[in-house]
Amino acid sequence: MSIWEYANPRKFLATTEPFLPWVFGAAGLCLGVGLIWGFFFTPDDYRQGSTVKIIYLHVPAAMMAINAWIMMLVASLIWLIRRHHVSALAARAAAPVGIVMTLIALFTGAVWGQPMWGTWWAWDPRLTSFLILFLFYLGYVALWEAIADPDTAADLTSVLCMVGSVFAVLSRYAVNFWNQGLHQGASLSLDREENVSDVYWQPLVICMTGFGLLFLALVLQRTGTEIRLRRAQALRARTERAQA
Amino acid sequence: MMPDLGRYAGPVLAAYGFSLVMLIALVWASARRARRVARELALVEQGRDG
Repeated sequence: MSIWEYANPRKFLATTEPFLPWVFGAAGLCLGVGLIWGFFFTPDDYRQGSTVKIIYLHVPAAMMAINAWIMMLVASLIWLIRRHHVSALAARAAAPVGIVMTLIALFTGAVWGQPMWGTWWAWDPRLTSFLILFLFYLGYVALWEAIADPDTAADLTSVLCMVGSVFAVLSRYAVNFWNQGLHQGASLSLDREENVSDVYWQPLVICMTGFGLLFLALVLQRTGTEIRLRRAQALRARTERAQA
Repeated sequence: MMPDLGRYAGPVLAAYGFSLVMLIALVWASARRARRVARELALVEQGRDG
């Protein structure tokens, strides 16, 4: 059995749909446990006070905003190389989810930054590259909507996705490239000195898992929707041609 | 039950409120669109078969 069998739309739907309620359920459970644990049962940080509780939303959302774009890049490359329509539709399906994740990361970052840094926004390398990534997301969705021919739209959005990947990578590593700006380095690190304190680590990992599962569930569901929409359009076009 | 968020209650509650509203809206909109498209496809297939 090959992984490319799942590029068949029928096979994709038949395989993924039975799992969807379970993935949504697992996402809800992880998010519920992680957020309740983090919000109600973790102490304030000695420097940041209660604003440290924003970490359970900001870090997972930022992580998924970047990972969503990387997933779209992989799906776009599969489309460009192997011309599997499901991969192009999966990339399209992931974009609105990525937009929401990016918005959450930007908003929670701003409300966290104001009391900690004294400003809502700074033209810091990580923040700036994240904002550009958000604009790329909007451009990606707009490009899909603007082009009538689905294959041409998939080609052009795939190229846009490759260009935007520079900013997805920069969003994650900008702090390492340029040792300047207000934003600190990674919250999770193998280096115990850099890693977030143990008391915050466990609920944070649960929240990150929850965001990851929610992303997976939404992308599978939305890809199924795109497949059905494409089929409905194709059937309608076929009927119109037959009647003409 | 509600933890004492001190002087940062505003930013913390705003972050949680905004994020939860966005996530719930995303799930709701995705489910609504999925149902609408499934219905649309069923109608097209029905018209084609019938």
